[in-house]
Amino acid sequence: MRENTADRNSFRHALTIDPDVCVGCAHCMRVCPTEALRVRQGKAILQNNRCIDCGECFNVCPSGAIVIKQDEFDSIFAYQHRVALIPSIIIGQFPEDVTPDMICQALVSIGFTKIMLVEDSVEYLIPQVRNYVENADCEKPIISSYCPAIVRLIQVKFPSLVGNLMLLRPPLDLTTAYVKQELVREGAAEEQIGVFYITPCAAKIAAVKSPVGEDRSEVTGVFNMDYIYNRILREIRHKDVDPSIAVKYKPLSARSLRWSLTGGEANEVKGSCLAIDGIANVIQFLEKVENEEITGVDFLELRSCDQSCAGGALTAGNRFIAVEHLHKDSVALSSKKVVSDKILCDYKTANEGKTALRRVEPRSMLKLDEDMGMAMQKMERVNRMMCHLPGVDCGVCGAPSCSALAEDIVQGEATISQCVFLQRTMEQNKLSPDHAFKIMKQVWGDDRFKKNCHKPYKSK
Amino acid sequence: MDLEFNVQGGDFVRAGNASSQIKKVLKQLNADSAIIKRVVVALYEAEVNIAAHAYDGVIRANIDTERIRLLLDDNGPGIPDIERAMTPGYSTASSAVREMGFGAGMGLPNIRANADEFVITSEVGKGTHLEITVYLNQ
Ligand SMILES: Nc1ncnc2c1ncn2[C@@H]1O[C@H](COP(=O)(O)OP(=O)(O)O)[C@@H](O)[C@H]1O
Ligand code: SF4
Ligand SMILES: [Mg+2]
Repeated sequence: MRENTADRNSFRHALTIDPDVCVGCAHCMRVCPTEALRVRQGKAILQNNRCIDCGECFNVCPSGAIVIKQDEFDSIFAYQHRVALIPSIIIGQFPEDVTPDMICQALVSIGFTKIMLVEDSVEYLIPQVRNYVENADCEKPIISSYCPAIVRLIQVKFPSLVGNLMLLRPPLDLTTAYVKQELVREGAAEEQIGVFYITPCAAKIAAVKSPVGEDRSEVTGVFNMDYIYNRILREIRHKDVDPSIAVKYKPLSARSLRWSLTGGEANEVKGSCLAIDGIANVIQFLEKVENEEITGVDFLELRSCDQSCAGGALTAGNRFIAVEHLHKDSVALSSKKVVSDKILCDYKTANEGKTALRRVEPRSMLKLDEDMGMAMQKMERVNRMMCHLPGVDCGVCGAPSCSALAEDIVQGEATISQCVFLQRTMEQNKLSPDHAFKIMKQVWGDDRFKKNCHKPYKSK
Repeated sequence: MDLEFNVQGGDFVRAGNASSQIKKVLKQLNADSAIIKRVVVALYEAEVNIAAHAYDGVIRANIDTERIRLLLDDNGPGIPDIERAMTPGYSTASSAVREMGFGAGMGLPNIRANADEFVITSEVGKGTHLEITVYLNQ
């Protein structure tokens, strides 16, 4: 097997911040659901152990400093067979005159040799999900592991719920195994097959590059949907696409088309099933599940993005329009399409014995120290500090909230004089205004204090 | 470490506040998640009981590296027959409370099942006192 990416092991996150582009506006810090961002020396800094790759920061960054690392496009040409796995929502991104067939033709035109919908394996997956929810002897509610940002959220923020995660491989893995098997059957040499995923989000990249619950992903490489969107549209608009390219868009079923949308999973499972999208909604709900304030739910479909994958950070179109588009397509499809037993059987052989994920380990970010005695001392210090901090969560200290600053101080990563409110108090005693100014510059950098008429503004 | 919370009778919306706060503290202390869960479930049931059956109450938590001890004192009607109240399924909850999804009669049995030590005393016409202890290192 060819090792296509140099950084497969070192790469924990798909999101990175380019310090040369970052202007230190702190917009990202304010929206991060796990408080993983700080500002230092005028730049946003990402704390790797807290980041869940949800992409909220990417969505609000006004200067394009947050980068979602993808593979080199030309790496596809190292393979004779180049499969593009496209998520169904890509179809809803394009202007109306761009048909699904044209999208597939354009993908062939830019270099792929085979196009498949990622969600095609859903027909094979559904009976397994149903069986899992009905028979698994783990705690209810069973929580879908479909959205990688949610899996990571549970690991860092809700460690007691890792046992509720559904340990079944996602459609991406199942489809990859299937398409490889089919190509080998047609005579392809295994090492000549490259399977490339077009992702709507950073979380799916993280899931391929540093998977949770499996040793490695069978996916060869990942490309960002916004990049591929531009490539496709350019190809079509410049009429480079040869209309005789014999490739057709053939979704397998209506349910597979809807799988990545809100309700896509929950509607297929029996019992009390809920679908919740949007990371803030998910966190609020999981708090209650964890306390057993909410009970009697069998299955939870949780998605980090508003409107699920249609709202992925790397999508190009409007999420509501994309959802409507897909729903229409799936209605049109549902009346006429039956999935053949042969295909289901082939999925089964391709994935026999490897549909299960390993246990997911918690990695709590909340603990103040491994040692409980130390943690308690630190917490008492945090509590004392909170008596002095103003509680307005202004973020001027470079931390997202007063309590985050207090914890940073206790961990030796910040100083109390970074708080502008306490600086005023200290100036009454011994802190010189010069020193106070120096401290602020350490957080926000020199440039923040110069006149600048070209600040990037948040667009939303 | 000591923490204190007030609970209002009839306020089901905010019942759960103390358990959420305690949960956060225990996570920060790196307590085992299975143990946290037992604490939170026991405390939530006890909070809801004050909201459902009493007029008001106060919850005091004392935490050290060995254990968490929760003391709950309410002003309320008290429990005339504690043994009966502890029976799974026994409930005097009004239909209004049941309609809100509470009152299955499993609260007290659940508290006992999740606690390492559990003491309940009550004086009719005055109130109820609960002591819930959970060891953090077992
Ligand atoms: N704090 C309390 N004050 C008065 N009565 C209580 C209190 N806690 C429990 N009880 C009594 O004990 C019964 C059983 O409690 P529990 O097992 O929690 O069931 P539930 O709350 O669902 O009725 C209650 O119905 C109520 O009569
Ligand atoms: S909802 Fe979909 S697009 Fe959004 S993070 Fe989860 S998997 Fe990615
Ligand atoms: Mg009760």
